[in-house]
Amino acid sequence: MWEYTEKLKDHFFNPRNVGEVENPDGIGEVGSLACGDALKLTFKLDENGKIAEAKFKTFGCASAIGTSSVLTEMIKGLTLDEATKLTNKDIADYLGGLPEQKMHCSVMGREALEAAIENYRGGGKKKHELEGTVVCTCFGVTDKEIERVVIENDLTTVEEVTNYCKAGGGCGGCQGEIEKIIEKIQGEKVKEVPVPAPRRTGKMTNIQKIQLIQQTINEQIRPALRAHGGNIELIDVEGNKVIVAFRGMCAQCRLTELTMKDVVEAKLREFVSKDLFVEEDKESAQQPHNHRE
Amino acid sequence: MKTVYFDNNATTKVAEEVLEEIKPLFCDLYGNPSSMHTFGGQIGRRIRQSREQVAGLLGCDPSEIVFTGCGTESDNTAIKGTLAAAPNRRTVITTRVEHPAVLAVCRELENHGYTVIELSVDKQGRLDIAELEEQLDDDTVLVTIMYANNETGVVFPIEDIAELVTSKGAIFHTDAVQAVGKIPLNLSKSNIDLLSLSGHKLHAPKGVGVLYVRKGTRLSPFMLGGHQEAGRRAGTENVPGIVGLGKACELAAENLEVENNKVKALRDKLEKKILQKCPDCRINGDPDNRLPNTTNISFEYIEGEAILLMLDKYGICASSGSACTSGSLEPSHVLRAMGVPFTAAHGSIRFSLSRYNTEEEVDYTIEKLPPIINQLRELSPFVTK
Repeated sequence: MWEYTEKLKDHFFNPRNVGEVENPDGIGEVGSLACGDALKLTFKLDENGKIAEAKFKTFGCASAIGTSSVLTEMIKGLTLDEATKLTNKDIADYLGGLPEQKMHCSVMGREALEAAIENYRGGGKKKHELEGTVVCTCFGVTDKEIERVVIENDLTTVEEVTNYCKAGGGCGGCQGEIEKIIEKIQGEKVKEVPVPAPRRTGKMTNIQKIQLIQQTINEQIRPALRAHGGNIELIDVEGNKVIVAFRGMCAQCRLTELTMKDVVEAKLREFVSKDLFVEEDKESAQQPHNHRE
Repeated sequence: MKTVYFDNNATTKVAEEVLEEIKPLFCDLYGNPSSMHTFGGQIGRRIRQSREQVAGLLGCDPSEIVFTGCGTESDNTAIKGTLAAAPNRRTVITTRVEHPAVLAVCRELENHGYTVIELSVDKQGRLDIAELEEQLDDDTVLVTIMYANNETGVVFPIEDIAELVTSKGAIFHTDAVQAVGKIPLNLSKSNIDLLSLSGHKLHAPKGVGVLYVRKGTRLSPFMLGGHQEAGRRAGTENVPGIVGLGKACELAAENLEVENNKVKALRDKLEKKILQKCPDCRINGDPDNRLPNTTNISFEYIEGEAILLMLDKYGICASSGSACTSGSLEPSHVLRAMGVPFTAAHGSIRFSLSRYNTEEEVDYTIEKLPPIINQLRELSPFVTK
């Protein structure tokens, strides 16, 4: 069970400002059913340009609902310039903290607020435009959004980024890219992560080489393929020739076959030996018996 | 506040009769059954008795019962022990809807060069036996398929599957953690080679499980050490757990009828009334082949964790397949394998009953739940009024 603060529970069980403001000045909609949470924020300004009324509608867990409710209270009476300065950390702090895995709820609140303000300033632009390029395709998170949570919350690991904005929490295929973004921003601060596969420079015995190839496939290649419904099998190693078979999605994906082979080859050259080359086992590829939908 | 416990697929109350049975085993009869003295040796008799009680419920020989530490250990032992005893075959077949105690073990096998085939299920959570038959070949060493699904309660035709698998020369294991005590079993007349069960799912204490090993099935031990369990599982016996499990199995055998009549009637009432009173909800799983105690209902446009917390305020305990309850960001792998749309998967709630539940509890829940659903839907941006 999650450890929620009393304040959050209060806002979950007794949410304030539920609904939609009539004839709103700004509308912000973020999230989706597929993502597991979504928030629609509407506000109206008074004659001095301050937020007079704010309402929300939220689909999501207790912390998503509690966070939305608190947000509407926090922004009341603020000018739009003041509201723009609000960070997800301010929202979480106001609640007395959120469980780490739920920090993305506070980010969703800030994003909805931003979208609503943008909507107002853009003269009723309907949708919150995505800025930057999408990094996490599972949850539709862009590099700009990731950069922002990293900077605002001083994040240093992929896991933290996932907790804060969900990026990397689906198939996991973009975790490498997230790592690069963190590195770019945090530089020295990023803790040295030990390389999982030891790189051998000296001469390996055949057995050591084969084991290292298997280990590299297990740790570096299979997880990414699995995430897309595919798989890879090590069939044999003959000298520097590595024979593999692709299963599932990868086996049927004729167009990407070449690229797949190249990716595997690059990984094996990086982690095992630069002399290796990869061949696909044609015979077993014709019977993709590990087929998945 | 009164607790209404509808989460019996997660764990169950220890039966009072079971507790009475094991009480003396802590401070009075605490001997080690392996000891030479009478004080310890007499405990061996209690374990023998328990073995007979478990065998009675399963319809097998007591010598085919191996006590373990939990259901997960039984599953691990069955899978890894079978593979170790048959090193020449390299394919394992399982399903996409298994409990992690099986699925995670199978996926890890791929790292050791095994081919693992995960069978898919249809929209109602049913397997396609023809697909299994197609996949079985002379490289298949083990097929492991659960008896009944913990999330939806869907029961697979395990006897037919066992017959098919063993006729092709592979070993068949079933994780029957949710089925034992709810579905009558007679393993002496079945083709099942290995079967896992867990004590705390049938009113015994936590920390004890069983692996049924059909006579003649080759299995390498998972835990090495002393000679306990005829060398099949080393480690000093969890005497109170084992004795409690024996008693619980005896009670389960007596209560099989109750489970299938009274509990099923309560479940049906709960399910029917919820569907009547709450619009836009659906049952997940094959209604014709389901455990008598389980219902899994999706409430569209709202999220499971929020429903659970609101129920919790009234002391009603249930569980959800939503992403938020698991700490991961994706909803239940079982519901996703069934192709349940995201809209419904996030709002899925499982109620699992036991013989200790009453009609009042069902009525109380039917009264409290619909307003919760309405309240959350009023908050939801996907419901327009």
